[in-house]
Amino acid sequence: MNAAPEHFDQTAKESLVSGPLPLVIQDLTVAYHRKPVIWDVDLEIPEGKLVGIVGPNGAGKSTLIKACLNLVPRTSGEVSIYGSTYEKARKRVGYVPQRESVDWDFPVSALDVVAMGTYGTLGWFRRVNKRSKSLAMQALDRVGLAEYADRQISQLSGGQQQRTFLARALVQDADIYFMDEPFAAVDAATERAIVELLKDLQRRGKTCLVVHHDLATVSQYFDWTVLLNMRVVASGPTEAVFNQGNLHKTYGGTLSLLSEAAEKLAKSR
Amino acid sequence: MSEFSEIFDILLLQNYNTRLVVTCTLLLGSACGLMGSFLLLRRRSLMGDTLSHATLPGVCIAFFIGILLGGDGKSLPLLLMGATVTGVFGCMVVLFIRNHSRIKDDTAMGIVLSVFFGAGVVLITMITQMPEGAAAGLESFIYGKTAAMVFSDFKLLAIVTMCVLLGTALLYKEFRMLCFDEAYAAAQGWPVKWLDVILLAMVAAVTVAGLQSVGLILIIAFLIIPAAAARFWTDHLDQMLLGSALIGGLSGWTGASISALIPNMPAGALIVLVAAVFFMISLLFGKNHGVLVVWFRQLSLRGTVGRQHLLRALYEILEADNVQSDEIVIRAVPFRQIRGRRTWSDKQLRHHLRRAYHNGLIDAVTREDTISLTEAGLEAAARITRNHRLWELYLIEYADVAASRVDRDADAVEHVLGEKLVALLEAKLVKLHTAKGLAVPASPHPITPGD
Repeated sequence: MNAAPEHFDQTAKESLVSGPLPLVIQDLTVAYHRKPVIWDVDLEIPEGKLVGIVGPNGAGKSTLIKACLNLVPRTSGEVSIYGSTYEKARKRVGYVPQRESVDWDFPVSALDVVAMGTYGTLGWFRRVNKRSKSLAMQALDRVGLAEYADRQISQLSGGQQQRTFLARALVQDADIYFMDEPFAAVDAATERAIVELLKDLQRRGKTCLVVHHDLATVSQYFDWTVLLNMRVVASGPTEAVFNQGNLHKTYGGTLSLLSEAAEKLAKSR
Repeated sequence: MSEFSEIFDILLLQNYNTRLVVTCTLLLGSACGLMGSFLLLRRRSLMGDTLSHATLPGVCIAFFIGILLGGDGKSLPLLLMGATVTGVFGCMVVLFIRNHSRIKDDTAMGIVLSVFFGAGVVLITMITQMPEGAAAGLESFIYGKTAAMVFSDFKLLAIVTMCVLLGTALLYKEFRMLCFDEAYAAAQGWPVKWLDVILLAMVAAVTVAGLQSVGLILIIAFLIIPAAAARFWTDHLDQMLLGSALIGGLSGWTGASISALIPNMPAGALIVLVAAVFFMISLLFGKNHGVLVVWFRQLSLRGTVGRQHLLRALYEILEADNVQSDEIVIRAVPFRQIRGRRTWSDKQLRHHLRRAYHNGLIDAVTREDTISLTEAGLEAAARITRNHRLWELYLIEYADVAASRVDRDADAVEHVLGEKLVALLEAKLVKLHTAKGLAVPASPHPITPGD
């Protein structure tokens, strides 16, 4: 059926030794209004990698993440996280949605937002308690926002808002993190802080999948890269797959960093 | 005399009927305020409107069923049940249209709202032409009939309010997350669809319970105006809920009281108008986002910025007097010379000068049109210039801003530098420059002298 990518056998062997892989996707197809957004995606991500997911706009990067988290209906295919379904593995998964996906005028403080990361373990009806608050405070401290805990979220800068979202995912103390464009429209300080955080997570053996837009920093930030354009063009160690040939295939031959940058600029305005 | 005692009776709730009506509207207002806050934050304000309009055909259908079952069709529980069924059905139609077509929320709501209401009007016209319908009084569902409320209305409202309070208390954190970040809630495994259904059911409950008092056209005002008003006062959800319930309750209380004072005044409309007054007050004076409050804040910032510009200009002119020593000697500076330092008009500059004089920063303008700083003014000017230069140095050092551009960049930020930030800047820069103590570091760029 589908030709397996080169790295397939290698990671499969590894998985026999060290337990189930953090993420295995098979034959995943997602369609909106009957138009496929991602098509027949097969993917295996080994433990402890910092994974950059890159591809042109509309390539289905966000959709891929959302499909892994059961947020969009799948047309077909299987996603397994640490060898089980998402429902069963949910506690081990942290999610950082796109910053624009929420209304930052909402009447909550940064601490309130981060404390939402503990709602899952709190369960129904239980109110946010001291323990959740102190966990949230620690997470805010880790992203350098401790002194902004009581700020209403609209008074935070874009970068600080992004770090608030990261802190919310950190509170969960998950094993695998899905991050949707955490680097989009953030200041240099936040970008550095996020990179530090990612490396720190990796040192603790966590796996992070990051939708990323800036091709210039891919090799610097990620040790594993997934090139996506409706299908997986390539997936593997960054030095092996992040090359001109694969980029050409991913961006349909129209790749130019300039046009991509121009598009990003237009989007951020 | 008798009129006065009448007013007294009403205000002190001596009259049983007034007491009942006022209590009912108070309860309804609080419950609506509470649910309205969530509707507003979920960006579903108009869903309440759709729901209320879609209740009308249900009321009429329930009336028909009542007659078919052999009654007179005026059983209130049956009518309200019918209202709930079509109301919720209308909302489901909206969601169905949105999820299965390219039509957006607002269009779907507009369609459903008007079509259901139209159907209701047709049915109600048919009913009024029926012999049984002559006294049906179903129109009261459209405009409300507050004054005619009875004890069973109170019981219903009390139960609904209790349920809404209980539901909000139990599901506070769940609703908060649902309204703020639905996708994240779903990823965490919360059944967002069911939470939405519960929220909608609670909104439906207050809407249907309120049909009798304010009517289906105006109930939407009761749902969203208190919530929108409360938002101007606070940035905390719990306070917003409380404020919204309070404003809703007060509107109900006041509106109903006024309508009891004036014969033939519909309470529903008066309640909405009272709520609108609360909204206007909040819009203008709201502590956090009120228009006047924000405007005043901006005005005072503009004043601060102007004063700082003036003082720095004066300081830099005096500084240029004596390049050899760090000593600054106060002297009278001609108006023209300050005028040339910045692009400010004579009028603006005179305004700033007047303010500075009132604050004791400069001496009175002399006849020769010269300005001189007071001792306090010099101290303030030194501090301001120092902050400006520290910030400039920081920008050059850490943000790679060219020295030629740094003046303007620093201009934009320095006015909002707090003491804490200044301390941080000092700590960062003290090693590199001689910015010790109160000394003002030299400007990193040539200062254009005024003419």
